[in-house]
Formats: sequence, C-alpha cells, structure tokens
Amino acid sequence: MKFPLTIAAIALAALMPPAAAAALREGGDPLGSARWGEMQKAFLAGQPVLFDPRVKVVAPSTAENPMQVPVTVDATALPKVEEVIVFADFNPIVQVLRFFPVGSGAYLGFRVKLQQSTPVRAAVRTADGVWHVGGTWVNTVGGGCTAPSGAAANKEWQQRLNEVSVRQWSEGGQGGRVRLRIVHPMDTGLVAGIPAFHLEEISLADAAGQPLMRIQTFEPVAENPVFTLQRGELAGPVAASGHDNNGNLFQASIAP
Amino acid sequence: MKYLPLSLLLFAGAVLAAAFDYRLQPRQVAPDVDVFIGRSEDFNTVNGGNIVNTAFIVAAQGVIVIDSGPSLRYGEQARRAIAGVTSRPVALVINTHHHPDHFLGNQAYAGTPIAALPGTIQGIAADGNAFAENLYRMSGDWLKGTEVVVPTQALAAGPYRVAGRQLELIALDGHTGADLAIYDVASGVLFAGDLVFNGRAPTTPHAEINHWLAALDQLEALTRRPGFTALVPGHGEVVRDAAPIRQTRAWLLWLQGSMKQAAEAGLDMNEVLARPLPPEFADLPVAASEYRRSVGHLFPAAEEAVLK
Repeated sequence: MKFPLTIAAIALAALMPPAAAAALREGGDPLGSARWGEMQKAFLAGQPVLFDPRVKVVAPSTAENPMQVPVTVDATALPKVEEVIVFADFNPIVQVLRFFPVGSGAYLGFRVKLQQSTPVRAAVRTADGVWHVGGTWVNTVGGGCTAPSGAAANKEWQQRLNEVSVRQWSEGGQGGRVRLRIVHPMDTGLVAGIPAFHLEEISLADAAGQPLMRIQTFEPVAENPVFTLQRGELAGPVAASGHDNNGNLFQASIAP
Repeated sequence: MKYLPLSLLLFAGAVLAAAFDYRLQPRQVAPDVDVFIGRSEDFNTVNGGNIVNTAFIVAAQGVIVIDSGPSLRYGEQARRAIAGVTSRPVALVINTHHHPDHFLGNQAYAGTPIAALPGTIQGIAADGNAFAENLYRMSGDWLKGTEVVVPTQALAAGPYRVAGRQLELIALDGHTGADLAIYDVASGVLFAGDLVFNGRAPTTPHAEINHWLAALDQLEALTRRPGFTALVPGHGEVVRDAAPIRQTRAWLLWLQGSMKQAAEAGLDMNEVLARPLPPEFADLPVAASEYRRSVGHLFPAAEEAVLK
C-alpha cells in the first residue's frame, strides 16, 4: 500500500537512506492492530504522524513473565527528540509512560505489565512537531495487570518504599549508561481490594541541576521499576527525585 | 489475522493427539524398578505435558509411585501400565516437588496415600491451580478433567520404610523450595527429581541457584556409594553415573555467572536476552527457550545485587 506523504515527511525522507525512507508511512498501521485508530485519537489527535523505522522498540516476541516484560525504546537515530509516549494497544490501562530526554539520549529501557498479547509502541515527538511511531507485537499469556504485586503478599516493601538505587557506567560497551531501580509495588488498581498505587514522576539531573530526563510513569510499569538510560557523556553525579500518586517523595544522588 | 496460525496449530495438535494416548512404556532400570521416560521438549499440545520422568518400585507389599505426571490422563495410563507389570496395588504415591508435571496425575490414585515434603505440600496447595491452568493452556485437552489433589502425608528426611521397602529420603532444595531425592537401598537407584536434568536445559522458575548447587554436591556423593547402580533424573535418560549432575551443575554455574556478569556490565534485560548461548550449550535441547525464561527468573535479582 502506498500513502501520499506530507511535506514534512518528504523533507524527512530526503535526509534518510533510501531503504529507511521507503519504510516511512503515514497510514496503515504496520502492526495491523484493530486499536490503532483509537490509539492515534487518544494520544496524537490532529497531529502529524509517521510510522518510522528509526523508532526502535525492542521487546521479546513472547513474554515469559507478563508481570515483567522488558521493553527498550531507542529513538537516538532521530534528531531533536522532545517527548516519547509509550503505550500498549490492548492493555486495560494503555498508557505505560512518557519521557522527556531533555539532556540525555532518546533511549529508555524499562519493564511493563501486560494483560494480553498487544503491540507495544513508542510515539516520538521531534522538535518539528511530527510524531514518529515505532512498535512491536508482544505475545503473552496474560494476567500481568490483574495479578497482585509481590508487595501485596509481603509487607516488607513498606520499609523500603521509594528506596532508589542508581549506578553509572563510564567505560566499555555501556559507557554513559545510567541504571536506576526504585522500590515500589506499582499496583494497578485492577486487583480487587488493592488500590492503584504507583510512581508518577521521576526526574534525573546532573550535579549542576541540569535536567537529564523526566519520566512520567503510569500503572503498567512493572513492580520495583528498573530504568536504563543513555546519559551520553558522563560528567559527575546524577540526582534522582520524584513522587508517587500518594504524594510520597523520594530523592537520591549517586556518584559516577 | 494474527491468531489464525496459532489456532490452526492448536487444531493440528488436537487431531494428532485425538486418542490422548501418552504411549507410556515402562522401562526397567533395576529389578522391580521401572521408569516412564518423557520427551526432552517444552510443554505442547502434541506431547500433552509428557516431558517428565515418573517411576515406580514394585515392593513386597505394594507399588511405590514416584511422581504422578502432568495430567489425570497420564496418571490413569501410568496406572494401567503399572498393572501390566504387577498385580500388586499401589501403596504410596510420592511427589518429589511442587511442579505440575510431577503431581497433576495424583487424581488417578484416589484412595492411595500421597506423600511429599511439607514445603511441596504447601506449594501444591498454594499454587497448584495456577500451575494446572497454565499447563492446560500449553497442553490443551490432554489436561481435560485434571484437578489438583494435594498430598496428605508429610515426609521427613531419613530412612523410610514403606510397603516392605527400605528407602532413604534426602530433603534438598534449590530447584524449588523443597526437592525430594529418593535412594532405593535394595536396587541402588537414586531418583533425583528435577534437581538433575539430563540432555535438556534445566528449568528455573523457583530456583535458588546456590542451594541447587549444594544439593547437586550431595547427590553426587550418593552416586559414589558402593551400592549405587543408576540415576533417574527428573527429565532425560537414566544413566549409570553422575554425568547429568555435572551437566546440570555446569549449566547453573554458567547461568549464574552470566547473569552476574551481565548485570555488572550494566546490560538491560533485552540485551541479556539477545546474547547467544555459549557453544557448549548451543545444541542442548530447549536451551534457547529455557535461557530466555531463566533470564526473566534470575536477572532481576542479579540486577538488584549490583544496583546498590
């Protein structure tokens, strides 16, 4: 199927290798999801959208554990990324997270809870206002959102709630990488008797207070979230701060 | 469109398995000791969950069944196959641990005492239904009518006399929270349960690797006893030596080391999943799928250990 490209898309295509440019398309969801129309309306209504192979969403095609499905979004091939929305078409709560890579690469690794087989997508907004969309299907046996968190069965987490561990890598293949783990049950509110209780906001900044990335998290992010970021050049400590939907604050700083 | 190939596959599986016959053939390991050997595969609708070894000892006063298989049908067919070998009644069923392929045949032994370690009994009571549901999803109608029967008799480590037979019960853990190995003194056969896999990558959903490694050392010591004749692993062929113990240990050590190394190097879970298997395990049956599962089971803890 061929779709006419807008001026913005033509301008973009001109800068890309021919194979990648050929894969750009404005309509006809490459993942063939019956929910794409609704997703577009919910998150990207009225704005220019391009299915773009430069937005890489990596996830296992079959998720062994629907409570902890690893997802890596890599949009570093795009220039001037301002915002990334991650959503899963068929999840009972579709929105997973948003991130704003203010001073770091447009790259984020995390884990999600999935209730059934679904596309997992990233919509990436560049400075020109165009949303570039990439994604992949994940098959799963389900139950990820309506199964209780581990914390629901073990109250020890209460002493460690919002405990943050951060580590940076300065050399080797993972140079410039930051990994962050936060203790939180991330309850979805879909389990009887367990109200929604999840992290809402995580901000990372460098020693001078310059923001690296802001992440807005929603219910489907997996319990005890682990995030992987590409900071780029490593320069000094990283400070992490944020809060959950009950107003619990956290703050942590880590040397390189 | 996405679902069409899957439903076709399920349909084909159901046709192939129309008779739901596991074709259980008792294989003699020692006088009065027989095993049913399962396939070195993942659960699917063709094998109906028969990827497991179960065994029976024909003792003076009755038959001792070690693990009951993945379904009611398996249990019933095993019972018929046992009746083809001996007219003695089944005196006792033992479940070595709480994984579904080892206890879901319990239902076929109604009226017979079913015994297990206390941790196994708790595990079956707590998670049995979820396991059965999951196995049903993977193996289809082979599981029809299968219900969880929780063992009623708690076993403890040490010498154990049953049906006129002297057994030695070795209470271990590591593959799950409670793993029972059984040494049959008269035949010198060691039933290792799923602490030992032979020619198949081990499964790790409830594994505690350090405990498992310690358990393997204990089992290997048992194979050096003068009376030892055979090792029955939970999965894979029966052997006369400790080779599968070493193979299982090598896999676990590699897995543990590789999770630790990956976490220390700062890898994300998707990068760990994408790593190739080392050449020594590349040809091991179901190694790729078990590796993927094991990353999910074990990597978060390795990650937590370095993010401190």
